[in-house]
Amino acid sequence: MQDIIDKLSRLIRDAAAQKRPLCIRGGGTKDFYGGPVHGYKLNTGDYRGIVDYEPTELVITARAGTPLAEIEAALRQKGQMLAFEPPQFGEGSTLGGCVATGLSGPRRPYSGAVRDFVLGVRILDGKGDDLRFGGQVMKNVAGYDVSRLITGSLGTLGVLLEVSLKVLPLPVSETTLRLKCTEAEAIERMNRWAAQPLPITATAYRDGDLGVRLSGARVAVEAAAKKIGGAPVAPAQAEHFWTGIREQTDPSFAGDAPLWRLSVKSTTPPLALPGQQLIEWGGALRWLKSGADAKTVRDAATRAGGHATLFRGGDKTIGVFHPLPPALMKLHRNLKQAFDPAGILNPGRLYADL
Amino acid sequence: MTTMVQEAPVDLVRQHQVVTALRAFLPESSILFDHEDVKPYECDGLTAYRQVPMVVALPETEEQVCRILRTCHKMRVPVVARGAGTGLSGGALPLGNGVLLSLAKFMRIIEVDERARTARVQPGVRNLAISDAVAPLGLYYAPDPGSQIACSIGGNVAENSGGIHCLKYGITVHNILKLRIATIEGDILGIGADALDASGYDLLALMTGSEGMLGVVTEVTVRLLPKPEYAQVVMAAFDKIEKAGQAVADVIAAGIVPAGFEVMDQAATRAVEQLVKSGYRTDVAAVVLCEADGTREEVADDVRRVQHVMEKSGAVQTEVSRDEAQRLRFWAGRMAAFSAAGAISPDYYCMDGTIPRKRLGEVLRKITGLETKYGLRCANVFHAGDGNLHPLILYDANQPGELERTEAFGAEILELCLEVGGTITGEHGVGVEKINSMCVQFKSAELETFHRVKRAFDEHGLLNPGKAVPTLHRCAEYGRMHVHRGQEKFPDLPRF
Ligand SMILES: Cc1cc2nc3c(=O)[nH]c(=O)nc-3n(C[C@H](O)[C@H](O)[C@H](O)COP(=O)(O)OP(=O)(O)OC[C@H]3O[C@@H](n4cnc5c(N)ncnc54)[C@H](O)[C@@H]3O)c2cc1C
Repeated sequence: MQDIIDKLSRLIRDAAAQKRPLCIRGGGTKDFYGGPVHGYKLNTGDYRGIVDYEPTELVITARAGTPLAEIEAALRQKGQMLAFEPPQFGEGSTLGGCVATGLSGPRRPYSGAVRDFVLGVRILDGKGDDLRFGGQVMKNVAGYDVSRLITGSLGTLGVLLEVSLKVLPLPVSETTLRLKCTEAEAIERMNRWAAQPLPITATAYRDGDLGVRLSGARVAVEAAAKKIGGAPVAPAQAEHFWTGIREQTDPSFAGDAPLWRLSVKSTTPPLALPGQQLIEWGGALRWLKSGADAKTVRDAATRAGGHATLFRGGDKTIGVFHPLPPALMKLHRNLKQAFDPAGILNPGRLYADL
Repeated sequence: MTTMVQEAPVDLVRQHQVVTALRAFLPESSILFDHEDVKPYECDGLTAYRQVPMVVALPETEEQVCRILRTCHKMRVPVVARGAGTGLSGGALPLGNGVLLSLAKFMRIIEVDERARTARVQPGVRNLAISDAVAPLGLYYAPDPGSQIACSIGGNVAENSGGIHCLKYGITVHNILKLRIATIEGDILGIGADALDASGYDLLALMTGSEGMLGVVTEVTVRLLPKPEYAQVVMAAFDKIEKAGQAVADVIAAGIVPAGFEVMDQAATRAVEQLVKSGYRTDVAAVVLCEADGTREEVADDVRRVQHVMEKSGAVQTEVSRDEAQRLRFWAGRMAAFSAAGAISPDYYCMDGTIPRKRLGEVLRKITGLETKYGLRCANVFHAGDGNLHPLILYDANQPGELERTEAFGAEILELCLEVGGTITGEHGVGVEKINSMCVQFKSAELETFHRVKRAFDEHGLLNPGKAVPTLHRCAEYGRMHVHRGQEKFPDLPRF
C-alpha cells in the first residue's frame, strides 16, 4: 500500500512543480457537487481497505478509497453504524469522498455531522507530504484540529489517505411515525420536540406529511411514540422513505429544476420561495427545487441565519457555495496557501479562487 | 516541560509606551501595570509556571478588545488572552513583554432563544452559569468540566474542554454553533452560523481548541440540550484495576453508551473519601461510576444491563443510586478528585493523556511502575468512557528536586500514552506544559503545518506566542536531551 502513497505523492510533487491542477477523485459519485472539476485525475480508489476496527473502542480507521458500503457492512456486522448517515449518491462512493464533501444524512441534527465523528486523518498536502493529524482516540486536543478543518474542504487542502471515525451502536429498536400537518406546524413541532428529551433521530416534511423517526431502547421508543402521536409506518416503507431522503431518490428531488440546499436556523418559518421544498434536520435544512434566481435564494438563506448551496444542476458560474465576507475569504486564501501553496488541489471546487 | 518560575525585569520604557497607547481609549481602571496589581495574573491553574505580565488590560466592550489588539499589532506587542485562569497547561501564562487581555468583564448572557435552544453569551460567562440560567426552561449546556463553577466559556472554546458527560453528549466543539472572533489586526469575524453548518472551511472547529493562538473569542453561541428526564448511577467496585478497565470495554461492547463513565483507583478514592463522603469503597483497587440517562423506562433497562455486565466482568460489588441525592453524592467525590489530591499532598500535577480503552489496564500497571522509579505517589482518575486519563502526581514543590522528578514522571506518562496509540492531551491543552511532548507526537512537517495555520491568522506571531506548538529548533534541542521513545522503539506504530 505504501507504493500507492508514494505514487500519489510523486504525482502531487510533479503537479506542484509545474503548477498543474489535480482533480482528486474517489468513486466519482459526487462529481456533480461543488464547482466545475478540471485537471489531471488523481484517483484515490486504489488506496482502500479497513486498517483497524475494534468495536469496543467505537473507532474505525479505513483508507480513503474504501467503499462506504464496505465500511457500513463491516460495522453492521458488529451492531454498529456511522451515526451521521452519509449519503452515498450511487455505487462506489468512498470514505474519502464522504469526508471531503462533509455531507451528512437525516440523523445529523440528533447525532452530529461527519466532522463530529472524525477523530483523525492522514493526508498528502499540496507538497506531497504525508501528514497525520488527530488520532484514534475520542478526545484529542494536541495541535490545531486539522482533521475537522479538512472535513468538508472538498479536497482543496489535501488528499485524504486515511480517516479514523467514531462509530456508535445501532439502535435496538426503531419506529417511524407519520403526521398530517401544514409546513408551519411541522416546523413548530420539530422544534418543540427537540426541546424535550425524546429519542428522535430523523425528521422530514414534504407535501403535508411529517415523518419522525424514533430510535433507541424499545421502552423509550414506545413511550415517545405515544407522546408524539401520528400513524406508525411499516418498517420496510419507513426504510424506503429515509433512504429516499438520504440518497435523494425521494420523488420530491425529481425534476429538472436546480436543487438548492438551504442550511438555516431551525425555527425559520416557511420560506416563501417559488418551487418545491422538503424540510429535514428538525427544520434546519430546506431542500428547494426551484428555478428562482440565486440572489433571491441566497438572500432568503442569509436572512434565516444560514447559507444556500446550489447542490445539483443550475448555472454553476454564479458560484455553488454561498459567498463569504471579504475578511473570511482572505482567511480561506491564507489557509489554502498554508496547505497547498501551488494551488493545485481541486482548484475552484469550493470557491473560484481557492 | 522545563520549569519556569521567573520574573524577567519589566522594560519600563516599553511598558510606558503601551500604557500610553491604551489610555487613548481605555479608562484607567481597565489598565493595570503596578507590580501588585498584575501579580494575581502571573499564572493559571498550572501554578508551577509564573510570569508577571507587563500590562493587564481589562476591556468591557468588543470594540475595546479590537482596539487593544489593533494597538498591540501595530506596536508588535504579544497578547495573551485569559478567561478565568483555571487552565491546567499554562495556556494563559502571561509574557513579561506582553499584554494580558482579560475577558473577565464579559459576563453577560446576551440572549437565550428557547425555541431554537441556543444561548448567545459573552466569553467571560462561567460554564455553569449558562446551565443555571436556562434550567427553568428544562435545558442545559452539556459539556461539564470539573471546573464548571469557575471556568469561562471563552476558555472552554479555546481549550475544547470536555467533562464527565462527553462520551454521550460531546465536547465543546460539538456543542457550539457560532463565534465572534477578534483577529490580531482588530477585525471581527463571524464564524459558524445559526444553522447547523456554514459555508467554506470549518473554521468553527479550527478555532475550537486553538488555545488563544488564532484569535480572541468575543462571543459564543452555544447549543442547549433538553435535560434528561431521569438519571441513575451504577457504582461498581473491583479488586483489580485491569478488571475495571475490562468492565468499561465490556459495557461499550454491549452496545450501551453511558452518559458518564468514570474510574478512580484506590489512591484516588482514599483521597476523595477524606474530603467528601461519597460512599466509595476504599478497600478495593478501583471504583467505577457509570451513569445512564433518558426516560425512566430506558434508565431502568440500561442500569439492569450495566449491572449485569459489570458483575460478569468481575465487580465485587455494585450499587445503584437510590435517588437524586445519592446520585449527586456519587458524583461529588469524582468532581472533588483534584481538590482531594490537593488536600492530601502539598502539590499535585495533573496529566491528561488519552489512550485506546483496551490499553487501560496495561498503562495503569506501567504508571504504578513509574511511581517506584520516581519515588512519587500517583492517584488516578479518568474519563474511562473516552480513555482520557488524569494521573495526579503528588509532590511537594518545597522539596528540592521533587518538581523536576514530577515533570520527568509526567513526560514519561505522556510518551507511554503515545506508545499505545494515544495522545498527550485529551482536554487540557498543550499550553507551555506539554510543548516538548508535542515534538514526540508530531513530526517536523506536521508541526510546520501548524505554524503555517497560525500564520494564516497571525502573520507576526503575536497571539499567545510560544504556546501549543513548539518550534522545530526547540524540538531539536529536546531531541538531544531525550530519546524519542515513541519514534525509536516503535517506528511503524501508527501514531494516529
Ligand atoms: C479543578 C479543575 C478541574 C478541571 N476539570 C476539567 C475537566 O473536567 N475538563 C476539562 O476539559 N478541563 C478541566 N479543567 C481545565 C480548565 O478548567 C479548562 O481548560 C477551562 O476551559 C479553562 O477555562 P478558563 O476560562 O479558566 O481559561 P483560562 O485558563 O483563562 O485560559 C485557557 C486558554 O484559553 C485561552 N483563552 C481564554 N479565554 C479566551 C478567549 N476569550 N479567546 C481566546 N482565547 C482564550 C487562554 O489564552 C489560554 O490559552 C479543570 C481545571 C481545574 C482547575
